[in-house]
Amino acid sequence: MGKLRPMEGNEAIAEAMRQINPDVVAAYPITPSTEAVQIFARFVADGQVDTNYVAVESEHSAMSACIAASLAGGRVMNVTASQGLALMWEMLYIAASLRSTVVLSVANRALSGNINIHCDHSDAMGARDAGWLQLYGENVQEAYDNAIQAVVIAEREDVRLPVMNCYDGFLVSHSYELLEVEEDEAVREFVGPYKPVRPLLDVQNPYTIGPLDLYDFYHEHKRSQWEAYRPAKQAVIEVGKAFGERFGRSYGLLEPYFLDDAELVIVALGSTAGIVKDIVEQRREGGERVGLLKIRSFRPFPAEEIADALGSARALAVMDRAAGFGSGFGTLYPEVAAALYAGGKQVPVVDYIYGLGGRMVLPEEIHQVYNELAPVAASGHPEQLTRWLGVRE
Amino acid sequence: MAKNIKQLSHSPDRLTAGHRLCPGCAEPMIVRQVLMAAGDRPVIAANATGCLEVSSTIFPYTAWNIPWIHLAFENAGATISGVEAMYQQWRKQGKIDPVQRYALVAFGGDGGTYDIGLQSLSGMAERWHDCVYVCLNNEAYMNTGVQRSSATLYGANTTTSPAGRVIPGKSVHRKDLTMVMAAHDIPYVAQVAPASPPHWRHLVNAAEKAFDYEGPAFLNVLSPCPLGWICDASKTPELAKLAADTCLWPMYEVDHGEWKLLYRPKEKLPIEVYLEPQGRFRHLFRGEKAEEIRRRIQEWVDYKWEQLLRLCGDA
Repeated sequence: MGKLRPMEGNEAIAEAMRQINPDVVAAYPITPSTEAVQIFARFVADGQVDTNYVAVESEHSAMSACIAASLAGGRVMNVTASQGLALMWEMLYIAASLRSTVVLSVANRALSGNINIHCDHSDAMGARDAGWLQLYGENVQEAYDNAIQAVVIAEREDVRLPVMNCYDGFLVSHSYELLEVEEDEAVREFVGPYKPVRPLLDVQNPYTIGPLDLYDFYHEHKRSQWEAYRPAKQAVIEVGKAFGERFGRSYGLLEPYFLDDAELVIVALGSTAGIVKDIVEQRREGGERVGLLKIRSFRPFPAEEIADALGSARALAVMDRAAGFGSGFGTLYPEVAAALYAGGKQVPVVDYIYGLGGRMVLPEEIHQVYNELAPVAASGHPEQLTRWLGVRE
Repeated sequence: MAKNIKQLSHSPDRLTAGHRLCPGCAEPMIVRQVLMAAGDRPVIAANATGCLEVSSTIFPYTAWNIPWIHLAFENAGATISGVEAMYQQWRKQGKIDPVQRYALVAFGGDGGTYDIGLQSLSGMAERWHDCVYVCLNNEAYMNTGVQRSSATLYGANTTTSPAGRVIPGKSVHRKDLTMVMAAHDIPYVAQVAPASPPHWRHLVNAAEKAFDYEGPAFLNVLSPCPLGWICDASKTPELAKLAADTCLWPMYEVDHGEWKLLYRPKEKLPIEVYLEPQGRFRHLFRGEKAEEIRRRIQEWVDYKWEQLLRLCGDA
């Protein structure tokens, strides 16, 4: 059994990192993830971990050093947000393509400009096609649990891909929660020792990492990378199940909430799911068939599972905390819509762009979404496909 | 300590034949000599994007007999930092014999070092990673077709500083990166060139010292480039030697803060003997502005040379 301790999200991430005790952390501080790095640096300074902490001079170098250290032959973790993740962008693709197993916790924050330090998902969504797995946590407990599971998922022999552990900036990173912190030994046993695959440091077996790869091979290499996301999906499921068996909190690709008979359904990522759950309970008391589909694994994207989970839905609202400028939608909407289309589900889907730059999401606004979904379900046709929630116009 | 040429010739072949660098390119010569200087230590190399990287690792082939890693253009310093961080962990964990010291080396061109990779290099030096960074300085972005860098000489004709009717080549002097790196107060910094005997020794000696010292070291090595300098492929060592004899590329080291000239020409030659054989300076020998530009280059070379002599206590 773990111990209940009050902790902020960043503190919980640092705590998970202390327990995991990675070989290398090469990090650069950025709001709202800075605290996690600071707390971890203190663990290093006090000798509570064996980690080689490399205080790099930028996020670009942070990710470069993380990839190199990972491929050199060890377990590597890092934390960032927003502009930091954006500066890493070039290296994110390289991290995945070279099959490094870096675990990066991301305290989701809006991207400039204008500069804003508060939560939305534009940072991680900007990296959605980089080849990383992305898990979204709803609260501090999930951020902590996902950090531990991310290591196991990343390092599985049939996966070998980097993982982003996304948790909402400020809303989770700076919120105190009574957290179940597991025993150090139990966490270490769950993640196990790092098993390097063809480490660069093995000088007896030299090989070339990151060569020039032209039209005669690049296409095939991308195809083989493509194949890795199928076992990755299985890994997210199996590791989530194993975590539940060990610690009593199970995870999957999705979390359905009152979905079995739900007619009006909200699809959401991250901390917003928590608010939606409250509203679902309230409206259920009034006899309304409303539900929530929380997506935990955005990459790999569980398209079939989403289509299957929405069997009884008559209208859907996708909550998008990142605007896909020029696409006419947020970033989650097209993926959900494609999943439904491919799954043969004819359900009207409305997109709600909300909460950009930390704009607070009020319970009334979630009520508003359900209220607006009712006529959509009745008519089968939304009048307006993309709507902005809580915006002054 | 310093090995003779016979001993060096028995060093393991770490970069083999079969790479596709241009005829006359100084880079493989420099790289092989630097790797020889690592002696019997296991060597791991990181490479910035550039000529050396693209020409030595065209998948599924590789010319490297040592562990080698390339991530991107601007981050060879950070890449070798990450390798070194994990190397220290493996030593601590007993996975590497602590007596056995690895030689960790990063190669970057002047574009990847003077320009886009400067921050990453500075970070590597400041954090005191135990590694050697070698700049293969051919004074422009040769891999992408001869664009100017901050290592390009004043007046040089490149594709992004073309010698035109109004602007005669690059309009500003080059940055003195060797001094920038010396200002990091790292154990060892040297500026050398792969010239013909007896000068080749300076490169190998400098590389030996760089590998011997614990902590970061930086070597700035002039790398004549027949393609971009527009000269015959046979002229590589000769041009490197002329660069030293004109004092346009003085060879010196900063060993734990001690500045020392490695080579002082008996007679300091005028810059024209270096500029004239190179097509990139052809426009400096015709037209009314030519003499004025050559004079400015000479003045700048004299100024930098005097400055260096003062630092070396040889003035």
